[in-house]
Amino acid sequence: METKQNENIILEMRHIYKQFPGVLANADICLNVRAGEVHALLGENGAGKSTLMNQLCGLIKPTSGDIVIEGKVVHFNSARDAMAIGIGMVHQHFMLVPTMTVTENCLIGATDAGYLKLNYKQAAKRISELAEKYNLEIDPEAKVGDLAVGQRQRVEIIKALYRGAKILILDEPTSVLTPQETGELFNMIRSLTEKGFTVLFISHKLNEIKEICDRVTVLRLGRTEGTYNVAECTVNDLARLMVGRDVSFSIERKEGTEGEAMVQVRNLTLARDAHTNLLTDISFDVHAGEVFGIAGVDGNGQNELVECLTGAKHATSGTAMYEGKDLGKESTRQIMSSGVSHIPADRHKAGLILGMHLTENLILQDYYTPKFGKGALLDNRAIDTYASELIERFAIKTPSRYEYAGSLSGGNQQKVIVARELSRNPKFLIAMHPTRGLDVGAIEYIHGQIMKQRDDGAAVLLVSTELEEVMKLSDRIGVLFEGKLMGIVNPSETTVEEIGLMMGGTRLEDIRK
Amino acid sequence: MGVGPLHIIGNVLASDIRMATPILIAALGLLLVNEAGLLHIGVEGTMLIATLAAVAGSYYTGSVWGGLLCAIIAAGLMGLLFAFLTITLRANQTVVGVAINILGSGLSAAMNRVLFGVSTTIASIDTFKNLPIPGLSKIPVLGTAFFNQMPIVYIAFLLVPVISYFLFKTQPGLNLRAVGENPGAADTLGINVYRTRYIACVVGSMLMGVGGAFLSTGLLTFFSEEMVSGRGYIAIAAVIFGRYKPTGIMFASMIFMAGNVLANLLQVYGVGIPYYFLNMLPYILTVVALAMLGKSTMAPAAQGKPYRRG
Amino acid sequence: MKIDKVKLKSTANRSLTSVGVSVAAVVIALVIGMLLVVAMQKNPMKAFTSMVNGAFGPGYFTETLVKMTPLLLTGISFALCNRCGLTNLGMEGQMYIGALFATLVGAYVTGLPWYIHVPLCLIAGFIGGGLWCLITGLLKVFCGASEIITTVMLNMIAQFLIEYLINGPMIATPGGNPQTKNVLASARLGTLIKGSRLNWGYFIALGCIVLFWLFISRSKKGYEVRVSGMNPTAALYSGINIKKNILLVTFLAGGAAGLAGCIEIMGVQKCIQSAFASGYGFDGIAVSLIGQNSPVGIVFGALLFGAFRAGGNNMMRKAQVPDSIVNVIQALVIIMVIGSQMVLEIMNEQKLRKQARKEA
Repeated sequence: METKQNENIILEMRHIYKQFPGVLANADICLNVRAGEVHALLGENGAGKSTLMNQLCGLIKPTSGDIVIEGKVVHFNSARDAMAIGIGMVHQHFMLVPTMTVTENCLIGATDAGYLKLNYKQAAKRISELAEKYNLEIDPEAKVGDLAVGQRQRVEIIKALYRGAKILILDEPTSVLTPQETGELFNMIRSLTEKGFTVLFISHKLNEIKEICDRVTVLRLGRTEGTYNVAECTVNDLARLMVGRDVSFSIERKEGTEGEAMVQVRNLTLARDAHTNLLTDISFDVHAGEVFGIAGVDGNGQNELVECLTGAKHATSGTAMYEGKDLGKESTRQIMSSGVSHIPADRHKAGLILGMHLTENLILQDYYTPKFGKGALLDNRAIDTYASELIERFAIKTPSRYEYAGSLSGGNQQKVIVARELSRNPKFLIAMHPTRGLDVGAIEYIHGQIMKQRDDGAAVLLVSTELEEVMKLSDRIGVLFEGKLMGIVNPSETTVEEIGLMMGGTRLEDIRK
Repeated sequence: MGVGPLHIIGNVLASDIRMATPILIAALGLLLVNEAGLLHIGVEGTMLIATLAAVAGSYYTGSVWGGLLCAIIAAGLMGLLFAFLTITLRANQTVVGVAINILGSGLSAAMNRVLFGVSTTIASIDTFKNLPIPGLSKIPVLGTAFFNQMPIVYIAFLLVPVISYFLFKTQPGLNLRAVGENPGAADTLGINVYRTRYIACVVGSMLMGVGGAFLSTGLLTFFSEEMVSGRGYIAIAAVIFGRYKPTGIMFASMIFMAGNVLANLLQVYGVGIPYYFLNMLPYILTVVALAMLGKSTMAPAAQGKPYRRG
Repeated sequence: MKIDKVKLKSTANRSLTSVGVSVAAVVIALVIGMLLVVAMQKNPMKAFTSMVNGAFGPGYFTETLVKMTPLLLTGISFALCNRCGLTNLGMEGQMYIGALFATLVGAYVTGLPWYIHVPLCLIAGFIGGGLWCLITGLLKVFCGASEIITTVMLNMIAQFLIEYLINGPMIATPGGNPQTKNVLASARLGTLIKGSRLNWGYFIALGCIVLFWLFISRSKKGYEVRVSGMNPTAALYSGINIKKNILLVTFLAGGAAGLAGCIEIMGVQKCIQSAFASGYGFDGIAVSLIGQNSPVGIVFGALLFGAFRAGGNNMMRKAQVPDSIVNVIQALVIIMVIGSQMVLEIMNEQKLRKQARKEA
């Protein structure tokens, strides 16, 4: 890193610190990026990648440290300043207005489109030209709300190019894409760097970094681990750098004692409208004592499948039999009270009530039972005892049981949900993204708890977009693509490539043909 | 100049337009505030302050235009207060709106006593006069209806295309709509969300002030307590019923006030009962519209939600 | 036991701050109000003492309690909806309809002994207000219409409906004052202290506070309501029927406001006059806001605003200061309380930020 003068450095971030209330998100981060390269920023969730990039694109200011572009120290007061200097960011959660057209979206906040006489036609024409030049097919008149996810990402990239970005920041760009769409994105990135653009590629997916990036800077717990040439690293090296120790790709597990089919899903279909389906003809069994994993890219029907099994939505046709009941038709209350537990995907949005005490969060699934009060009133003493017991049993770190759920750390919040759901001794456990955004320790703890349920004879349905997690925990894996089950495989008899192909829409029988 | 049915139609239309004017201007102001993503219940209070400020301004400057200026400043200050509480302090917009209504009602009445004492004699002030457009006002029926009105009436109806153009054909208009739909996205594109909301809120409130001024120095020629009497709420209804479009708002104001004009007319002829129901019309129509439109009301997606960066 | 101390301490600190904020807000608002009195060239000390005297002085305090009664109930109404994540701005309209139902039963149903007639009127008033607010709930649940707007609209509709009735079909003496017949003696709430207007309605309202506490803090249904209000998705996933809860809460909240109108008629006014509930609805918001949606807080909030109303009347009589000053003071109280709450929150955030910076 000492030889920066002769390396054609276009962007440098020097000793960046960023302090949030209660969290030091970035501590002494240094980053240098060469013109024309694809530079990866690698790190786990919470390593400080997004914070660093938000400073680079002017959304927040560093607590201390300098940003240097082409040899000059720059200060950004707003995103507009960063854009003016040629930095364009494609956010992980798209920053688009769905009710407006592609062109309108590109024109928001523009400074050169004619102030009081918006030159809409000319803008649309320029967008078409840009799209053609960089192989980004898009209709400038289309309403963004009507576009598919991959197309919306294209709009984001065009938006950045339209503003004259020279350095493109892509924040976890593949997390919403199929392997095929990812391939297209990589082609776009290659054609952009050929034409002189610099790309900052933020990811925690090692194979993708291997495939597309020239150099990589690794962040861990808000600090820089170092910058490396990707060609000189193996995937295992990268993994070690990212996590800080060797990653085990396997878990010690007892041989599954496969029991009866606890849940039988047959031809489950959920219609979106008269012509299209959200779920089509899903069939699988989950046996007692097994973990059945559902893999797939986010947004391919996982939410809908879980909603159909938990009573949040009713299936259009087909059945999901559990103990003589059809889960696709019962109400949530009926399902949950018959031995089913559910760890929802988003702990803030669906799992917890952040403004309530832990005690009240822990009784969410059972507050109506006589256990917590015989009549219409709640029995506070019983609730307190129960909460204390769970806090101890599941080692939830909290100053008291009356702490607000919102004031706990992410790992402890997830433990609260896990405690609530697993203490009910479920016969059928549905766990969706149970470890998303957690640190390694918490992940291991929660994996252990899920496996314990399996070993105790529960049927477990694990839905996760982390392929590693699904491969590690599942006895069998089904892959969802556009609401259809592409195939069911045994992790010991399959390869990541095979699952990747299914995630991209190839049926298992076509792969093995 | 016979008293034929055409003559009556012309007069009814003219009075409908005149009555619709304060609603229309206030609703257009509210539209700007709403488009920035702010939910403003306090139109009534803002207008009330302006009614008094207009009378006081006209009294002290001797010109109705001076009164209008005072009304605009007073309403703008109310807008600034609303903006500070809801944007900078992120306070609940509905509650602040209610407080603005109570404040407007109390402050206008109290300041009236401060300025004019308890005397019951009404200070005589300069007020708006009809300004016939030469030539056009001579057209039968339409001339009386459209071209023999007070200047503010012309301004109000001219504002409809102006604000329409502003919102849909200019850069600041596009930015404003983006702030109301997705402030986070607007922020990443370099738009100062706070500043945009502040400006929209103050300018919008100023327009509400113009509406208020027209009430006390145009439609009437004096201030009385609670004289806005629900027109602020009708403006809210007009924005929703007009589906957040300036032309829609214009028609909504005219339809709403047609009920009012008709009610007054029928009362003159001694048909008293429908009076109250015709006055209810704007509110009932709005509730029905909300029931039928449901979530597709075209309201800006971020309306009512405070924005915080980072 | 140790844990309970922690709970006590943190809640005590929290409520102490909010009490401090409320008191400071009231003081500042009063000072500004008195400056206005000075501007009117009246004596602010005289105005202030006559206001305090009119609110708490001997022979006057009962009037404060009379004014406090409907505020307790509209405060409950707003707080109840707020706990379920709804904003009810329609208490005034609900009061009118509650009063209407009570008057229909109280003035037109004859021949009942008081122990049947009074409860019957109260129930009618509750149901009237409840149904009126239920319209909002139904529109919210089945059409997705914003309750903020529909309640405001329903206020105006109720107001015009009452105007129509007291000028037309229900007018006591055609051609006379626009007001309804008096409710029968058997349908009146008896006064508690002779010569005052204080009546049994005050205790009914206090009883409602207890019921409100029992419902929201202790009951299973109240827990459901709070979960629905704070996190609808979590409620959905635990099998709580949010729509049913919204309908229940809008009915109960409307009922509470309806009861306010009904007690005002049965205990104080005896008949419906034009705009008799004016301001009580929106003041309920302030009451609930100052009381932070808690039962005890609502009692203090209602006492304060009741005192303002009663004291304002006296101030107008004794010091010739218009009672519109009281409106100004009330608005300022709301603004100060909500403003300082937010300032505290922002300061808290900054403190955390500074602390963290030091640690780093």
